[in-house]
Amino acid sequence: MIEGALWRKWVFFYAPMALFLLFLLFPFYWMVITSMRPDGELYRPWNSINYNPFWTWKPTLEHVRYLFEETLFASWLWNTTFIALASTAISLVCGVFAGYALSRLNFPFAGSLGTGIFITYLVPQTLLFIPLAEIVRNYRLGDTPWSLILTYPTFLIPFCTWLMMGYFKAVPKELEECARIDGASRWQAMLYIVIPVAIPGILSAGIFAFTLSWNEFIYALVFLSSPQQKTVPVGVTSELIRGDVFFWGPLMAGALLGSIPVAIVYSFFVEHYVAGLTGSVKG
Amino acid sequence: MAIAESRVETKVYMPQAPRPRLRLLEDERWLAFVLLLPTVVLLATFIAYPFLRGILLSVTDARVGVPGNFVGLANFYKILNDGIFRTSVYNTFLYTGVTTVFKLALGLWLAVLLNRNFRGKAFTRAFILLPFIIPTVLSTFAWKWMFDPTFSVLNWLLYHLGLITGRINWLGDPQLAMISIIIVNIWRGVPFFAISLLAGLQTISPELSEAAAIDGARPWQRFWYVTWPLLLPVTMVVVLFSVIQTFADFQIVYVMTGGGPANATHLFATYAYQIGIGTGLLSEGAAISLAMFPALFLVVIIQLLYIRRVEVR
Repeated sequence: MIEGALWRKWVFFYAPMALFLLFLLFPFYWMVITSMRPDGELYRPWNSINYNPFWTWKPTLEHVRYLFEETLFASWLWNTTFIALASTAISLVCGVFAGYALSRLNFPFAGSLGTGIFITYLVPQTLLFIPLAEIVRNYRLGDTPWSLILTYPTFLIPFCTWLMMGYFKAVPKELEECARIDGASRWQAMLYIVIPVAIPGILSAGIFAFTLSWNEFIYALVFLSSPQQKTVPVGVTSELIRGDVFFWGPLMAGALLGSIPVAIVYSFFVEHYVAGLTGSVKG
Repeated sequence: MAIAESRVETKVYMPQAPRPRLRLLEDERWLAFVLLLPTVVLLATFIAYPFLRGILLSVTDARVGVPGNFVGLANFYKILNDGIFRTSVYNTFLYTGVTTVFKLALGLWLAVLLNRNFRGKAFTRAFILLPFIIPTVLSTFAWKWMFDPTFSVLNWLLYHLGLITGRINWLGDPQLAMISIIIVNIWRGVPFFAISLLAGLQTISPELSEAAAIDGARPWQRFWYVTWPLLLPVTMVVVLFSVIQTFADFQIVYVMTGGGPANATHLFATYAYQIGIGTGLLSEGAAISLAMFPALFLVVIIQLLYIRRVEVR
């Protein structure tokens, strides 16, 4: 596919591609190597003579051990998983229903409701976290996983709805009509005919919702206060830095282990993820 | 055939008689109402209501644990005269503008590279998205460690490439700290631009470009006159979405600099956090985060108008 001489391939393709890969992936390599490096090697100034940054001959699991024995990392992992799964489930149910209603039913205000939901998708969490913190406290949800399970859907539902609308629009009307003529009621036609056809969409929306809620930071930072309630991003940030002291080994090990679950979910469904991402962009 | 037969049978033997409780759902309006109810309730409780609360909060002098009294626009007046707030406004626009230009340019370049056929394409595509997938806070810590003044691998690299002679204190110098957070944001955003634009590129028929090539168009002419105009709708959506996210960004600055050194790298969100949560001046914090609303609103309006125009076409 690439035209011209070999040197052109190198200059216009391989070299830039290699640089991009280096730029995009190096921080992860650095995370991995740091999390396995013993402290003695870790804290060696960059201009010292025997500084060998890219490799270690003495890999250690000491930082991982520290993470699980000296911190509440295991609880943070569990909290994050539970919160991500619960808010994903809520968002999927709401998103599928709302997407179906908005794309296949005629009712007054359908257009303006659709626009309204679209607009909420564009409201960033950082606009609302201060009043929300107050509301969460008033509802007595502060410092519980429910504060996040109920608020995460606000940025997940609009996305799921939007994605599902696209999938539902692609299902031919005749399919549903046939089922109705066969005696299915409206909601049966939806449940047994239309929704199964849109399963790839539901899967994409689910993966997205899961990764987005795993990554969320500011709500978790503001709504949770006790160490055993925290999610991975907040726990790592607040418990592995004491004052000015960064525990870089455990910190990088925590970052790595906290990234692995989303990386696994993503890698299993990478095609769905990409399809969802591009589907959402194309509207 | 099966459908035709069952159609006849249905008419004769199976008159529709759902249970009375569910008959209501046969009406499109009722069904729509029931299906949309949970979504509307959640979004109203946790977006619309907090938004109104935020506005009310911003015109009082509430603190943590103190309800506060109505003070009119005093909070807004106060932040307008606050040097740190002005710096964060400037920073936010700079941060959004510079990163968007780089993310678009690099993302487009990467998308064009990925649009070629080469071995390991699927593999590369999967790996390239990692910065976008991995929790931002966690990956930003990797960057913070790379930028660490004493142990910086970047300094080591630049030194051995002969580009610097002494140490660079990336996060200790106001301007370098700003550059550092801009680099991290670009790093995080390029994959999103690349994959989205790649999807756009793949919807464009290669025959168009080939036809132009036969007519004698050079590669960059083919790109500029054939590919780019067709890619523009996708680009618009990606850019506007990214602008909103970047404008309201919090995590990268919070981890990298915490707004420092000496409040030099605050954005709207990090300054609002510091004032509203850090010092407990809820009302002033709410005013600061609401101050980003006009700019966001403008972007949303542009996006809505643009989508409507595309749909009408």
